[in-house]
Amino acid sequence: MNERYVDRLSRTDRDVILTLVPEGVTVLDLGCGDCSLLAELAAKRKIRGTGVDIRGEQLVDGLAHGFNVYQGDLDEGLMDFPDNSYDYVILNQTLQVVKKPLRVLTEMLRIGRFGIVGFPNFAQWRLRSGLFFGGRAPKSPALPFEWYDTPNIRVLSIRDFFDYCRRQSLRVTQERYLVAGRWVTRAPIIVTNLLAHIGLFVITRK
Amino acid sequence: MDRNSVGIVTPQKFTFGSVEDPMVLESGRSLGPVEIVYETYGQPDADRANAILICHALSGNHHAAGYHDPHDPQTGWWDTMIGPGKAFDTRRYWVICANIIGGCKGSTGPASIDAATGKPYGLNFPIVTVGDMVEAQKRLVDHLGIARLYSIAGGSMGGFQVLEWALRYPQMVRSAICIASAARLSAQAIAFNSVGRSAITRDPDWKQGAYDGKGPEHGLATARMVGHITYLSEMLLDSKFGRRLQSASRLSYNFTTEFAIESYLNHKGSAFTHRFDANSYLYITKAMDYFDISRSYGPLKEAFAQVTARCLFVSYSSDWLFPTSQTKEMVRALLGNGKPVSFIEIDSPYGHDAFLVEVEKLSRIITGFLSGVPQEVAP
Repeated sequence: MNERYVDRLSRTDRDVILTLVPEGVTVLDLGCGDCSLLAELAAKRKIRGTGVDIRGEQLVDGLAHGFNVYQGDLDEGLMDFPDNSYDYVILNQTLQVVKKPLRVLTEMLRIGRFGIVGFPNFAQWRLRSGLFFGGRAPKSPALPFEWYDTPNIRVLSIRDFFDYCRRQSLRVTQERYLVAGRWVTRAPIIVTNLLAHIGLFVITRK
Repeated sequence: MDRNSVGIVTPQKFTFGSVEDPMVLESGRSLGPVEIVYETYGQPDADRANAILICHALSGNHHAAGYHDPHDPQTGWWDTMIGPGKAFDTRRYWVICANIIGGCKGSTGPASIDAATGKPYGLNFPIVTVGDMVEAQKRLVDHLGIARLYSIAGGSMGGFQVLEWALRYPQMVRSAICIASAARLSAQAIAFNSVGRSAITRDPDWKQGAYDGKGPEHGLATARMVGHITYLSEMLLDSKFGRRLQSASRLSYNFTTEFAIESYLNHKGSAFTHRFDANSYLYITKAMDYFDISRSYGPLKEAFAQVTARCLFVSYSSDWLFPTSQTKEMVRALLGNGKPVSFIEIDSPYGHDAFLVEVEKLSRIITGFLSGVPQEVAP
């Protein structure tokens, strides 16, 4: 049940990403898995893309789609990719699973002009109340894992993300929030930080 | 015979050059006439645009797939990769593999007869480089009427040839697959080659390369034993042999072959002497030692600026002879030039030999890559 809900979430965030990526740009997808997002972007937005993932097995499908793939660990950085070599670098549902998120974000905007970052909001009210009332590591439809088997080792909120961008002099050019099953474009942060399951942002250097 | 085999194949020969009009080698010396023995699998399409050239490694040869006769117990060296429905699918691609010059399986090498003297070349054979090997393959590819190779693939020294092709004839290479290889032979690998050559040249039967018949079998076997160790990983040796004794259960307290690993290496060494020529071993390892893209084409990043092929690099996690770091160095140089390049490291315990033995993962990768070649590629 939870998994199906998450599947549906991830399908819809792909649709949102499609609307955030302009036609014909170059895209580097970090944590690309089987390159299915790139394939969709190539089909609908005519992008040219490269996929990076730590699991080489998965990258084979990307090769067959004609994408270039690179097996690598985001935590080790992406030194092999030159500065400003892509228009967009996507980090969707991956920020919360890396050991060195700051390094990954820095690398993203070194390599790409724009970054697209999507992550689950750990300050969503169900998680807050789960912790407050339940007294246990909280779960939600977007985060259905137990504390011991969660891949999500970085716990951040939408507010945390904005704080980070401000400190790093990054500009958030687009924002999308999944609130009660619908994607909304803009709302006061006090609302989004409480209600959004997922935040999706386009960021760039100032 | 398995139904995915290319079946019975017959090697073919192609000769170019002559004593009067020889091939000029990188060293400045010349060689002619030059004979190339090769095999093809599958059929060319109407434009001969589906040709894939397979480049063999140090001890390989042109017999990459199928059988030479129905009773042949041994298939070609990459039979698991080449055939109908396999990675190099002979229903789609026209696959070609040629013996390198300097080799001992039919292409002109130190054991060939020197047309000028009527005697085997021996040490009069000129030093050949990987570039020279590729130059000879280029003549063959021209002869076969191929304007552009759909792909070119090779592991280890085969990977050297792939790189040389991509740099020397970029317009002729549509895609390139470089497996368990490097932009230059490392000092460590040169060191092992050097030990192998010493074993041969210090064998009294070598006779300055002018042996007749038997040749320096002990030296060649020792060279192969050393080489073989470098192709395997410590983990594999440990799991396959460990400290197991070959036959006895007690220590013999003498110098006979005692441990299973010793017996295995002895076997590999002596088997090699039946199928390989000692002088060829000297020449080919020398060609490997000389291989250095930066020496020939400048710093890697500048050198790779001229590559136009869509490239795939594969390395193996336990390969310490051609470690992943050396593959990544090339990937970085290509990415730095904005070239279309893919890189996958296969997790394997088989060491450098993995590209010959661990074919399942490699097959999937190559099948995917080859089918993606015609697609629009990334920056």
